[in-house]
Amino acid sequence: MNRRQFLLAAAATAAAPMLTFSSRLFAAPPGSPHFLLVFLRGGYDCNNLLVPYGSDFYYASRPTLAIARPDPGNPESAVALDADWGLNPVVRDALLPLWQRRQLAFVPFAGTTDLSRSHFETQDHIERGEPDGMGTDYRSGFLARLSKVLTGVPAIAFTNELPLSFQGAGHDIPNISLRANPRAGFNPRQSAILAGMYKGTPLAAATADGLALPRSLSADLRDEMVRASRGAPGPNNFAMETRRIATLMRDTYRLGFVDVGGWDTHVSQGSTSGGLANNLHNLSAGLAAFADTMGSDWNDTVVVVLSEFGRTFRENGDHGTDHGHGTVHWVLGGKVAGGRLAGEQLAVTQPNLLQNRDYPVLNNYRDTLGGLFRRMWGLNESQLQKVFPRAKPRDLGLV
Amino acid sequence: MSFAALSRIRPLHLLCGLLLATSLSAPAMAQPLHTLTQGDLAWLRRDGFGLDSATLARYERLGRTRFLDEQLAGDDNTLPPAIRRLLDSYTVIDTPPQQLLADFRQRARAVKAMPAGDAKNAAKKALQRYRRSLFLQDAEVEMLHAVYGGNQLKEQMVWFWLNHFSVYAPKGPVGLFAADYEERVIRPHALGKFRDLVMAVLQSPAMLVYLDNARNVKGRTNENYARELMELHTLGVGSGYTQQDVQQLMAILTGAGIAPFAPRGQRMRPGFVRDGLFVFNPNKHDFRDKVFLGHTIEGRGYAEITQAVDLIVKQPACAHFIAREMAEYFVADRPPPALVDAMARTFERSDGDIAAVLRTLFTSPYVTSGYGHKFKDPFRFVVSSMRLAYDGRPIANAQPLVNWVRQMGEAPYGRITPDGWPLDSASWSGSGQMAKRFAVARAIGSGRNRLFDPTDDSAPAHMMPMTPQPPPSIQDSAVFRASLAPQLSAATRKALAQARSPQEWNTYLLSSPDFNER
Repeated sequence: MNRRQFLLAAAATAAAPMLTFSSRLFAAPPGSPHFLLVFLRGGYDCNNLLVPYGSDFYYASRPTLAIARPDPGNPESAVALDADWGLNPVVRDALLPLWQRRQLAFVPFAGTTDLSRSHFETQDHIERGEPDGMGTDYRSGFLARLSKVLTGVPAIAFTNELPLSFQGAGHDIPNISLRANPRAGFNPRQSAILAGMYKGTPLAAATADGLALPRSLSADLRDEMVRASRGAPGPNNFAMETRRIATLMRDTYRLGFVDVGGWDTHVSQGSTSGGLANNLHNLSAGLAAFADTMGSDWNDTVVVVLSEFGRTFRENGDHGTDHGHGTVHWVLGGKVAGGRLAGEQLAVTQPNLLQNRDYPVLNNYRDTLGGLFRRMWGLNESQLQKVFPRAKPRDLGLV
Repeated sequence: MSFAALSRIRPLHLLCGLLLATSLSAPAMAQPLHTLTQGDLAWLRRDGFGLDSATLARYERLGRTRFLDEQLAGDDNTLPPAIRRLLDSYTVIDTPPQQLLADFRQRARAVKAMPAGDAKNAAKKALQRYRRSLFLQDAEVEMLHAVYGGNQLKEQMVWFWLNHFSVYAPKGPVGLFAADYEERVIRPHALGKFRDLVMAVLQSPAMLVYLDNARNVKGRTNENYARELMELHTLGVGSGYTQQDVQQLMAILTGAGIAPFAPRGQRMRPGFVRDGLFVFNPNKHDFRDKVFLGHTIEGRGYAEITQAVDLIVKQPACAHFIAREMAEYFVADRPPPALVDAMARTFERSDGDIAAVLRTLFTSPYVTSGYGHKFKDPFRFVVSSMRLAYDGRPIANAQPLVNWVRQMGEAPYGRITPDGWPLDSASWSGSGQMAKRFAVARAIGSGRNRLFDPTDDSAPAHMMPMTPQPPPSIQDSAVFRASLAPQLSAATRKALAQARSPQEWNTYLLSSPDFNER
């Protein structure tokens, strides 16, 4: 999508009336862009996803974990993206076509200023999206603030718990996990009675939405799943979940969040097989399925994949990696200016490591996401400052 | 009488000679109950997971002071005999962890040795099922204690510490050790000295495996546990320690692991420490001197660890960190700073005596501050629902309890990350969570569950036939009349009056804000 289209979309969005969930059986504002944030919890090892195969130091640092340099005769070798970087071959089938269509970009050396190397501290830091040294509001997430700024852009978290990213919006943001098909539990009379008890309490909206959501979703998804089941993905497949998510994002919601766990690979993480490889394969297949299910709306969609931090550049004594700092963010979408690495970069050498341990952060996610949001919705400076206070939004030319 | 008429609110007076389902609580309940004040009820709803008639009767009999004294002394660990028998029937309770581990490894080796093919695949699946059945047992044990344990304050602290020192059963063999972790690591220290608790956790197979210190050895270090020991277990992030301190603590902890990872056939050098599965192996320890939290720690083996833990728990940050978390758990998402300070002072003065800190909390007027605004987390919701609905009646099958808590996203030993489940209200009251809660309320209140159908490991519970039970008559129960009935809001009374069946009435009550906020 070009900037002009995004701005038109933004104008259409701004003109749409304020929508509340209880009236959500509507088509979402036409043309308004879709944004899905995929949060990899646990700190994924970006160095075995986006392989710096041009770096001798990479091979010296990972005697058992490194992925071989691209070699047409070796199916276990990295898939070259350019002269320096390649992909883990387990994601070839899902991601290479997107890359070749220029619908996928990577932002290496990405992350936050938080150097605690703690999962929880850093995840919270990212989800809050607040600058250092500012009084912290522990219950306000940047997607919630974005949702507040974007009047009439329906938001939803595809999770069992409302993530911090979406907390503190001041209006209810529904959450529902789509790992399994949702089922409506109560009939309309019972739902009304249950909701009535919470009327006038701070939980009124959450209660009403929670009772209404599975009812409408199961109807929406029933039709979709009948159509999609020819692909018949396995029950534990992330692709099954992302197809459901895409159905809702395409028809109803414009701002979404989903998280995926299992990335904290301290021990025996493997390289082109093993736990990390399985996770990467599952994740990439899920994203490809999402793109596929979005159909023509994929052209108005941006997906960002991020994680709280990268991992140590060197492998540890247990064939795993420990908590690091800079990581690689992914940006996907039908009209994303992809097929390239975006943002500031450094050569992958020992002297360029942070504290001789991990990647430095050259591309602060607050700045890059701020720049992305500005393009997507035509946000002005004061709106951006509400989403990411004191950020310096940077345009990586991705949309 | 119409159902709506039945739900008429009754006066606060408690009746004599209450009908009780269990022999255990019957003697206590023979005594008449008097009127409990709103203050008593508010206090009791902080002191336990949820009220049942046995608790109300004992409180009446002893008065608050003695009631609290007995709890803090760790007394009254009574369980209904049927529940004790159920617990004792679990593999994870009647098998020592060493044997569980050896047995599991033997099974795994046997499967590995099989020739590839259908038989091997079937054996693999059977092994996975066995593993999952042990995880399930771990969780059932914890839930049964919480529902039926007579000392509810202690039971809350067992849950609190299990959550504070959270472990994740599906990681490696952690699930083989989780019941042992609860019964023999956390429970005996739940009301004792915090320092002893930290040491017990440090030496527990569950934690050593979960946070990888079992793999932290000289030359192949792993800082996972060292970091979380300070960040999550004792001091809190931002309390002043540095990355350097984390690395020094990691070095101090090298060689602390579990026995199966210890070298065989090597001569034990002096300084070898062994306790159950725990082993401190000096051959794998980094004996260099360390500087930790500003103190020099001479490299001399196991004693470095106790010295480091002593240093950590004496930091003022530790007292404050623990006090704040306890206050958040018992009182409010943002507990009154004066209360936290008082608890932290007691912690420091008493050398980290957990019972003393609890006494400060439960004798403070702040203990009931914000009453009615702390939204129950799923575990507490299920446990308190069971206590209200079944009032001590022993169940035969605890699998549904675990399934409910799991569906609501708070399974015991199910938190992947070591920070434990969140303690604040907002984390459990999203729209999806509310709907799930109401569905579980119905499952508990309808009698359409498998709580009274005995199970064995031969088949998953949901594949067993279900014997329908009449719904529990919460409405007519003494505990409801004494505790909730007098406080119900107009909106809840209106909802209850619209119930078309006892099942529905129970669903609405257990779903109501009055029951879910404490």
